[in-house]
Amino acid sequence: MAHSTFKGGIHPHKRKRFTREKPIREYYPKGELVYPVSQHIGGPAVPVVKAGDRVLKGQVIAKADGYISVPIHASVSGTVTAIEPRMTVSGNLVLSIIVENDNQYERMPIEQFQPWQELEPGERILRIQKAGIVGMGGAGFPTHVKLAVKNPKKIRTVIVNCSECEPYLTSDYRRMVENPEWLVMGMKMILSLFERAAGIFAIEDSKRDAITALQLAAGKESRMEVKVLETKYPQGAERMLIYACTGKEINSSMLPADAGCIVHNVDTVCAIYQALAFGRPLTERVVTVTGKALANPRNFNVPIGTSFAELIDAAGGFSVEPKKFVAGGPMMGISLFDLNVPVVKTSSALLCMSKDDAARFRPSACIRCGSCVEACPEGLLPAKLADLAEHFQEEEFRNMYGMECLECGSCSYVCPARRHLTQSIRAMRRSLLAKGKR
Amino acid sequence: MENKMNVSASPHIRGNMSTSKIMRLVILALLPAAGFGIYNFGIRALYHMIVCIVTCVLTEFTYEAFADRPVAAGDFSSVVTGLLLALSLPVNAPLWIGFAGGVFAVLVVKMLFGGIGQNIVNPALAGRCFLLISFAKHMTDFACDAYTGPTPLEALKQGEAVDPLYLILGNTGGCIGETSALAILLGALLLLGFGIINLRIPASCFAVFTGMLILFSGKGFDEIYLVQELSSGGLMLAFWFMATDYTTSPITKKGQILYGILIGALTAVFRLYGTASEGVSYAILLANLLTPVIEKVTVPRAFGRRH
Repeated sequence: MAHSTFKGGIHPHKRKRFTREKPIREYYPKGELVYPVSQHIGGPAVPVVKAGDRVLKGQVIAKADGYISVPIHASVSGTVTAIEPRMTVSGNLVLSIIVENDNQYERMPIEQFQPWQELEPGERILRIQKAGIVGMGGAGFPTHVKLAVKNPKKIRTVIVNCSECEPYLTSDYRRMVENPEWLVMGMKMILSLFERAAGIFAIEDSKRDAITALQLAAGKESRMEVKVLETKYPQGAERMLIYACTGKEINSSMLPADAGCIVHNVDTVCAIYQALAFGRPLTERVVTVTGKALANPRNFNVPIGTSFAELIDAAGGFSVEPKKFVAGGPMMGISLFDLNVPVVKTSSALLCMSKDDAARFRPSACIRCGSCVEACPEGLLPAKLADLAEHFQEEEFRNMYGMECLECGSCSYVCPARRHLTQSIRAMRRSLLAKGKR
Repeated sequence: MENKMNVSASPHIRGNMSTSKIMRLVILALLPAAGFGIYNFGIRALYHMIVCIVTCVLTEFTYEAFADRPVAAGDFSSVVTGLLLALSLPVNAPLWIGFAGGVFAVLVVKMLFGGIGQNIVNPALAGRCFLLISFAKHMTDFACDAYTGPTPLEALKQGEAVDPLYLILGNTGGCIGETSALAILLGALLLLGFGIINLRIPASCFAVFTGMLILFSGKGFDEIYLVQELSSGGLMLAFWFMATDYTTSPITKKGQILYGILIGALTAVFRLYGTASEGVSYAILLANLLTPVIEKVTVPRAFGRRH
């Protein structure tokens, strides 16, 4: 039987072999650590330390501001040297707390720790917020908000997004192979909040070792299932994933909960496990440091706040001249013009490319081949939308469902005329969103 | 190193299809039909191809150079136009006819409308129809050294019997590249295999055309007659290679099916009730004109907005 999936999508070169078989290594930062107060969607955290303070690993250095917000914790022990705006991955200056590492890694003691099973559901969710956990797949939406649905009985499916469909990335894959029991425990904790839900580990059929590992680890759990999906990009997009797992379709103005689903990233589930089982806040994450330009691509467990520039050295430096740096995967990642930006909670990878396709090819006239229509997972007409965007036809753009675009990049990838379709559509979407027109 | 990094919007990788690669694959898919044309009609068929292709490419290049536009003549699209035009000429036609058709196809139909991707009707087909109207005598002179007498399609129209085996193999009179259904089907398989076309347009063309013949020809379900109709004239070449032309067919999935239905129906009407023996060229040209409307009414609903 063919594995479930969605309609459309593409099959880019996977290029995962660089780091597929490289176990996760601990990385100990050498330089200063930079903690932007806004690493999530919602209100930026408010600093609670000042320059000169000594902080411990796991100590809150910025507290949550309101409900849709999370605190930020120090990932090393050391001294706060400054609180000042610093450059982040997106190129913006964001208020950041700078900590000088004392290399002691002295942990903040955990006060009056209660086993998670004894906590009320509300207290479990509160502990997740206190641990500073956000969606680590890229969006950075606070996890406790996702979990605190109005009617938990309506949630029928909890999906862990194990598909990792972006080329090059293997951080989730390594987690699944190395620590499948963390995922199973994390799932158990999430399922404890939703008594009527079944747990699904949704994974692409190409990740055989991870499928085996998860099946072994989840074997005795009656409420969990490993669901094997077709290997295709963007299988890991939330809407596509929900469709492949449940057959339900949601659009841009709906939440997964509207389809009775909750979707979490692999690293997020591991963080939930660490928080509920041991009271550990989110202070580190797995980062795939990869690309043809690197001598020794690897997966590292990196303290949040570490500079990307340090990771280059940790991966053996450059073997050939790099052309482009990307934070995240090549399909949706952000290209960097400066490597001196910190790893944040949503940084999944640093990709060092030795050639840049986006610059190598010149766009030419659309030949109306329809490849973009076939590739679009949202069933849109990207060539038309890009035309409308380039001519600022806002009404028409919205009527043709332009706001439904995921910005997954599939249309640009397949376009034989090398048009910058995703870029044009994205620009229009951002402009409309900024005007408050959905 | 930091000072010279590339920065751009995602995605940062691209697939390996390009316009020129698509065109080269289409040319490859046309080679069986072209090769059989040369085998069937002799070396003169090759001369026609050379004249048409050179004319088309030079016309595009000259226009772009004089109009001060970026030169895209190297993308092989005019080679495809030229080859398709040559394949729909009778071998006996004078060689200048390919030149006239090529200039009309590329200059008037393609470049004056804005070049690749902008033309409203298929250049090769429009070129052929232009020649058919202007130089009817040359364009319908199918007698040559190899074959004399009417083409199979003309014979069919007059109610004569034609051996379907010859039609499928292609050892008959007709235009250079349209006689062998087998060679064209081989090319069609290549197009499908390379992922250049999908079945929506050709399948709906064939289904509707065949269905209408069964219903309205008065012959009912007569396999021999159907095979004769399907494999005679320019139908195979037109349904597989011209109806599927990217620029002039809809990009919406539903629109492609609608467009195929339209072509199939019009072709059947022209063949059954028209005075000329061939009607597929005009059917496609008419459908080309309706493509913008078809696209407008078949905008798909987005994922999650279907209910």
